[in-house]
Amino acid sequence: MVEKQYTITDEAGIHARPASALVGSISKFQSDITLGFNGKHVNLKSILGVMSLGIASGSTVTIAADGTDEEQAMSKIDEVLKAEGISNQ
Amino acid sequence: MTSPLSGIAASTGIAIAKAFRLENPELTVEQQQVGNPAEEIARFDEAVAQAAAELEIIQQKTAQQISDKEAAIFGAHLLVLSDPELIGPIKERISAESVNAEFTLQETSDMFITMFEAMDNEYMKERAADIKDVRKRLLSHLLGVKIQDPSMIDEEVIVIAEDLTPSDTVQLNAQFVKGFITDIGGRTSHSAILARTLEIPAVVGAQNAMATIRNGQTVIIDGLAGKIIVDPDAATIQQFEQEKLAYDAQKAEWAKLKDEPTISADGQHVELAANIGTPKDLAGVLEHGAEGIGLYRTEFLYMGRDTFPTEDEQFDAYSKVLKGMDGKPTVVRTLDIGGDKELTYLDLPKEMNPFLGLRAIRLCLEMPELFRTQLRALLRASVHGNLKIMFPMIATLEEFRQGKALLEEEKAKLTDAGIPVSDSIEVGIMVEIPSTAVMADVFAKEVDFFSIGTNDLIQYTMAADRMNERVSYLYQPFNPAILRLVKMVIDAAHKEGKWAGMCGEMAGDDIAIPILLGLGLDEFSMSASSVLKARAQINRLSKQEMASHIDQILALSSSQEVEAYVKGIS
Repeated sequence: MVEKQYTITDEAGIHARPASALVGSISKFQSDITLGFNGKHVNLKSILGVMSLGIASGSTVTIAADGTDEEQAMSKIDEVLKAEGISNQ
Repeated sequence: MTSPLSGIAASTGIAIAKAFRLENPELTVEQQQVGNPAEEIARFDEAVAQAAAELEIIQQKTAQQISDKEAAIFGAHLLVLSDPELIGPIKERISAESVNAEFTLQETSDMFITMFEAMDNEYMKERAADIKDVRKRLLSHLLGVKIQDPSMIDEEVIVIAEDLTPSDTVQLNAQFVKGFITDIGGRTSHSAILARTLEIPAVVGAQNAMATIRNGQTVIIDGLAGKIIVDPDAATIQQFEQEKLAYDAQKAEWAKLKDEPTISADGQHVELAANIGTPKDLAGVLEHGAEGIGLYRTEFLYMGRDTFPTEDEQFDAYSKVLKGMDGKPTVVRTLDIGGDKELTYLDLPKEMNPFLGLRAIRLCLEMPELFRTQLRALLRASVHGNLKIMFPMIATLEEFRQGKALLEEEKAKLTDAGIPVSDSIEVGIMVEIPSTAVMADVFAKEVDFFSIGTNDLIQYTMAADRMNERVSYLYQPFNPAILRLVKMVIDAAHKEGKWAGMCGEMAGDDIAIPILLGLGLDEFSMSASSVLKARAQINRLSKQEMASHIDQILALSSSQEVEAYVKGIS
């Protein structure tokens, strides 16, 4: 399993358009991928799950991937978070 | 032939076509046990696949015919449709409990809907509507009930609907939709304004259209009189075909006036301008020969998105409009939001009386950073054309001074930073609150111009909510009380050598025009499609003669008397 923390820098938090881009880009990976925030964990492949956390700007979230393609999945997530301006680290 | 229906004439023209009912079917779900859960899951998968295929087509069509931005909503719907946390539990439950797919879908999606509706953020609450939309589509496939999408219309029709939502209207294609009839709404409702922009005839507030008109029946819309004829006989069709020809011929006649100035019969010039909402409306403005833009409603830049537009995005939009107008006067109204016009990402408390609450300039002065961003974008764009800035909902002189001070501060900062700003920007106000109309002589010493916003001025003067159909009889543009206020504003402007315009619906009304001309109004701003008709009318009227009737008109006692009087003289 690989795990990484991110600080959300998008001033609107995680809202529909970037969340759609993120969820859409990882659906093809086999690994289980979770997004943790405030003690809750949701499936990152679920748009409804991601949106339900209501993550605001400045929050710290944990993303974990577990499976055969976990490394590739994590580097894709890194790339999308930056490209969509959700998080720059 | 059934008896004629009628409603509010929302957009002129005549259309004859088959009726297309835009239904909002009731989808009833019952719990049932199923014998073979595997078959039920397969049936559910099939419905998901059909719904996805449908959404992809709608997304594509919307992107082609409207814009990528409007199409994005359907992309989000597709993601919900493939959401493992929604679809997975549904299948598990069908398998575990042998219950039908419709019921399981209903229960599982309800859980998410309740969760989003409970969130204390307007934006998240709206996501509940997305889930409902997707559920409706899925249920319709499971139940075998057809739901319609306006973008799928591919033959000439007249759309009949209870109401058209903004998401319906973005999908309307004027190539096929020849006109529409809605049961609710008024002349200033969203769908009515859209009809005038698309230049298709429309009747709104028809009340019984959905109850009366069947799919495929021939329907005539007379958008001039607000009449609807269902199942007309051959003679009636022929009569309206002729009227349509006459109307089209008249339109062609008006089109000849496109590049002519607006001169009254006694040689006086007035300016005819157009109202716009986005840079996309520019084409219509130029096509109809408007001499300027009298109202650019910037709030549309802020609507239908997740975050505030950046300074650069705003700069691009304003520059595009100013360049497109090529030096012609362009009045930009600063952000008019709040009250009934909500932004999902701006979480403002609900108000008891939104029309009397924190909105427009009041909100901008309360949130100066938001306002400053817009002012900077406007100032930077000012070098691209003839910009005039207008503050909405001004009630006191102090509000105007505060707004102008912020503008001057931003201008000084830009100039210090070496960024060019035009030094001939006029700064004026909308007159839509009676206190401002009454004090117009004092305002006129400080503002560069007035623009009378009649929709709000009427509702505030008559104390009648313009969204409330039960008091719509009080929406009286020709009430002498309104006309007297209009006169005060125009006279006050002229006394200080300033100009006065009007940017409400009234400015393009053929009963109002003779009065406004007589009152000395300098600028008339209206829907672009009304400009040529107004120009033809003003060409025939003598300003001096109209002015000679003003004292008598203002002494009349009711709106009806004024209308009758004007019909008698023009």
